[in-house]
Amino acid sequence: MSASRLRRRAFPPNWSARATAFGLMLYAIYAFGQLDITWARLSVGFREAGRFLARMWPPNFSRAELLFEGMLESLQIAVIASALGILLALPLGLMAARNLAPLPLAVATRGFVAFCRSLHYVIVAILFVKAIGFGAMAGVAALTIASMGFIAKLFAEAIEEISMKQLEAIRATGAGFGAVLVYGVLPQVASRFIGFSLYQLDSNLRNSTLVGIVGAGGIGGTLFAAFKRFDYDFVAAILLSIIALIFIAELVSGRIRALLR
Amino acid sequence: MQGLIIKGLVKEYVPGKPVLRGINLAIAPQGITAVIGPSGTGKSTLLRCINRLVEPTAGEILLNGQDLVPLRGRGLRMARRRIGMVFQEYNLVERLTVMENVLSGRLGYVSLWQAWMRRYPEADIARAFSLLDAVGLPEQATRRADALSGGQRQRVGIARALMQQPELLLADEPTSSLDPRTAVEIMELMTGLSTSASVPLVVNIHNVDLARRFAQRIIGMAGGEIVFDGPPEALQPEHLRQIYGGEDWL
Repeated sequence: MSASRLRRRAFPPNWSARATAFGLMLYAIYAFGQLDITWARLSVGFREAGRFLARMWPPNFSRAELLFEGMLESLQIAVIASALGILLALPLGLMAARNLAPLPLAVATRGFVAFCRSLHYVIVAILFVKAIGFGAMAGVAALTIASMGFIAKLFAEAIEEISMKQLEAIRATGAGFGAVLVYGVLPQVASRFIGFSLYQLDSNLRNSTLVGIVGAGGIGGTLFAAFKRFDYDFVAAILLSIIALIFIAELVSGRIRALLR
Repeated sequence: MQGLIIKGLVKEYVPGKPVLRGINLAIAPQGITAVIGPSGTGKSTLLRCINRLVEPTAGEILLNGQDLVPLRGRGLRMARRRIGMVFQEYNLVERLTVMENVLSGRLGYVSLWQAWMRRYPEADIARAFSLLDAVGLPEQATRRADALSGGQRQRVGIARALMQQPELLLADEPTSSLDPRTAVEIMELMTGLSTSASVPLVVNIHNVDLARRFAQRIIGMAGGEIVFDGPPEALQPEHLRQIYGGEDWL
């Protein structure tokens, strides 16, 4: 009786999960010991941080024209790169979806998409600066490739999650491949596609402020120069502008999302 | 050679393990045929082989004289648009409106551009409205399919299938997801509309009583073969034993 009770336990212990959790805990304790955090280091660090922050205040907006031009260029890089990336990602996402594309095509496309994502966009930006020279064009190219890789993967996964029953019914009417896409696939994925695209635009607004540091256009170059000249009050002005831009983008994309629901 | 003629139809999902073991069947160009049998005996596979949602392994399927099995590409699409299908779980495109779902029955006829821009011929739209009236959803054209109840969705499914002006109507367990009363209403609607359009209807159904009540011919399947073929009056308990096995449930 008791033996059969034991065999029928509803939630048998998962020993491998327990062992993994225990191992992770040990490692966390060991790693924390390696960090060498001392009160002396902390107090010096906080003092330096305080002095740095004090020199940032008040933010200096006197070079408004330079600031505005940089921000506008960053915005342009973000919008163009997002648009191009999304446009290129649409066919790639379809080709990478294993439930619609033939397997060899899906595998090859997935490989290409993974290749696009494998390098960080700043590294890609450096390559493009070397290849096509300083300026916004290099930033657009780098962020387009990064967006394409990222969005194509998300598109493919969204397509793989659709209900094949709805597709089957459209196929059964004698619809061609294009009509199956427009009636069977698109309605099921459209709102998610738009969500991903907004998210990518949001990321690109941030990313486009960074590519300037390697010479690929936008406010990043101005920011980097201000840092190097210790113009911390101008740095503060730039950072506040970037934060304001991101907040505005957040509000706008939130509105669009709400409209789609 | 009118109607549907199936000769030696075999389907193996896994080689050597046939689900359909040589089905021979002739369906007249009108009338209601019910296919009964236990789950997993190949009823759905049989129906899906006819409109080629499932690829037959061997055999011939002749619809009004044309063999559907060798068809590819455009030829296959032309054949599919002549065959309407109603599904167990309705299979409506949830995020499209009722009207769009009904009009999707015309996708085999209109161009991609027309379909995308929703520029269907006036006659199609008029027909869609009259079908919505016929299935009892006159005011629902602009609602989204996912806002409808199960019975309403199946009514849209029937309208979509009839929108194709099919030469054959297939229904795969059309009432299995519905409550008993709605199931009867859906069967009444579907049999009534297919009879008045003189389209032959082949319906897979679990409910033997519904099969008896609505069909003029009953086909019993077991183990991938036809074990009974006759009018509802001829269906005796011994046949049901043969189809479903056992007898305690009778």
